[in-house]
Amino acid sequence: MTTATGRPIRRRRSGHAADASSSSAPIRTRALTKRYGERIAVDTLDLEVRAGEIFGLLGQNGAGKTTTILMLLGLTEPSGGSARVVGLDPSRHPLEVKRRVGYLPDSVGFYGNMTGRENLRYTARLNGLDRGEAEEHIDLVLDQVGLADRADGRTDTYSRGMLQRLGIADALLKDPDVLILDEPTASIDPIGVVEILELLRRLVRERGMTVLLSSHLLDQVQHICDRVGIFADGRLIGVGTVGELAGTFGDGAAHLEATFADGGADPSAALRRVEGVEAAELDPDTGTWRLVVRPIDASARVREAIVDAAASGGLRLTSLRELEPSLEDIYRAAVAGLGSRAVREEVVA
Amino acid sequence: MTAEAQAPAAAQPVRAERSRPSSGWRVVAAKELSDHLGSARFYILLVVLGAAAIVPLYFASDALRAAASSFDDTRFAFLVLFLYAPQDVPIPPVFGFVGIVAPLLGVAFAFDAINAERADGTLPRLLSQPIYRDDVVNGKFAAGLAVITIVLVAVVGVISGFGIVRLGLVPGIEEVLRVLTWVALSVVWVGLWLAFGLLLSVTIRRAATAALVGFGVWLLVAIFGQLIVGLIAGIVAPIASATSVEEQLALATLSESILRLLPLTLYQEASRVMLNPTETTVSTPATIGQLQQWQAQQQAGGQLLSFDQSLLLVWPHVVALFAMTAICFAAAYVWFMRQEVRA
Repeated sequence: MTTATGRPIRRRRSGHAADASSSSAPIRTRALTKRYGERIAVDTLDLEVRAGEIFGLLGQNGAGKTTTILMLLGLTEPSGGSARVVGLDPSRHPLEVKRRVGYLPDSVGFYGNMTGRENLRYTARLNGLDRGEAEEHIDLVLDQVGLADRADGRTDTYSRGMLQRLGIADALLKDPDVLILDEPTASIDPIGVVEILELLRRLVRERGMTVLLSSHLLDQVQHICDRVGIFADGRLIGVGTVGELAGTFGDGAAHLEATFADGGADPSAALRRVEGVEAAELDPDTGTWRLVVRPIDASARVREAIVDAAASGGLRLTSLRELEPSLEDIYRAAVAGLGSRAVREEVVA
Repeated sequence: MTAEAQAPAAAQPVRAERSRPSSGWRVVAAKELSDHLGSARFYILLVVLGAAAIVPLYFASDALRAAASSFDDTRFAFLVLFLYAPQDVPIPPVFGFVGIVAPLLGVAFAFDAINAERADGTLPRLLSQPIYRDDVVNGKFAAGLAVITIVLVAVVGVISGFGIVRLGLVPGIEEVLRVLTWVALSVVWVGLWLAFGLLLSVTIRRAATAALVGFGVWLLVAIFGQLIVGLIAGIVAPIASATSVEEQLALATLSESILRLLPLTLYQEASRVMLNPTETTVSTPATIGQLQQWQAQQQAGGQLLSFDQSLLLVWPHVVALFAMTAICFAAAYVWFMRQEVRA
């Protein structure tokens, strides 16, 4: 970070030397901490984002997501611990990190008196792209985010969703290795959210980037993230795939949904006979059976057994599927656990 | 999840060839300058300042012609354009006018420099580009100085053109040198206000509040500043109560020093000396010896100072103005560097 007394000497860092360590984990933090006076915004965070994955940082507003992201970009000094982004310490080599990391800030803004293209041109110049290369890049990213036809309109005429897409184009302009998106889907209508998430999926596939995104809208990002980290009160209380997290924070059971066509035998007895099925209930509105399977890893065996039972017992099974655990449920369970702990700590204090 | 090492390896060659960003502040300054030059406030200020400088000159052209011919040395007749104050209408000379009105320029081009970026949500995006954080303030300050220079040079050009075409006053080399030095001095003077505006834009979150504070301070200094400081000087150094000449001179010197606490005084004194070669002193004589010397000079019919002598005379003023500008800018700079990116 530059200081008031003088700026660090600008020298070309060899990007290659740092890559040996970054290849395994483009983002890695060790006991990263940020304090604002008495308040701890980020508390000894150990985070690892692997190359080529989409990692979701989930948490409520004020959980410390944005602070973490700002520290990863070298825009805020950590109070303790260390961070490595593309193998570099962001607070010591902010320029190199910012050159290789694309960032979409929370509620991104653009200069309203300029067109979308002019805004991107400014970013290109700040990144030191030469003119011809810049125009090519700008056309490419505008096309990728689907803004090519509106690029020459002033950005103060853009909708929130368009600004968000322009923000993604802006972050992509420097051809980053890592893309950090702060609340990419906030304040966008549901269809826009689907579009943006689709866009991100496609970009990651096409460009092979690593993506860290933060969100408080859990169900939206559930499908797009390879792994998620649950963030509450500045602490990471769980990391893993949605399935793994369900194992940790869920009720320890798998949930199946089965539908039978009319005219067959009553399935209730047959279903309950299958080993591992703890409960089977008929939803009278939809006519589907909901099964609770325990332990969680028995669900595959249970599914086979149900198909067998249906065949032998004359049941007309029309569908059988496993219900994905909802991230929202997991989150609620995780935060509830933390909440009681936080309360205890407060009492002790 | 794909193979782990694949992603960075694929992006590597592209980055290695990429050129290093040429100093970020220049990119910021270029963008800010083009914003300023296309903005309504630039044209409004240019028209207001230009009109305010040229209209009195136009009406006073007859009087000016007479004044120019009666000026001590016709070699410096051109400078009368900047020094002339018509007796019948209460209009200050051009340099006095610039001293009072030009600070508007400084405040107008800086009061929303940082806080507007913050309000529009462009600041985090700007700072996440590979530039140093100070490139933002430096670039904005440089762009502001450039606009101020453009406006001041344009106004001086209009006045000079008027003098050359309407009055036939053609400047000599020394006069050109004096006017250019005065323009540079004026840029520093307005730069002080630019730095002050920048400081406001860093410390005050709302651009509207920053503008109010900036223009309020300007109004206070321009209208009441010399009045208030003069009042204080009168209390601290009551010249009328002096019993001897020495005491009188000492009190006058003290009173002058107090008045110079106001940057406007510094600027106007320096301008007066730079534009008028007959001004041989900037301070009142501090000793009886100096007083006698000064009186002798006055009786001899005035003595003209050469350019370098005039500059030497006001050098402390120039340094002081420069230092104040630097301090104001440094305060804005440090404050900005310590600020959190997020509001």
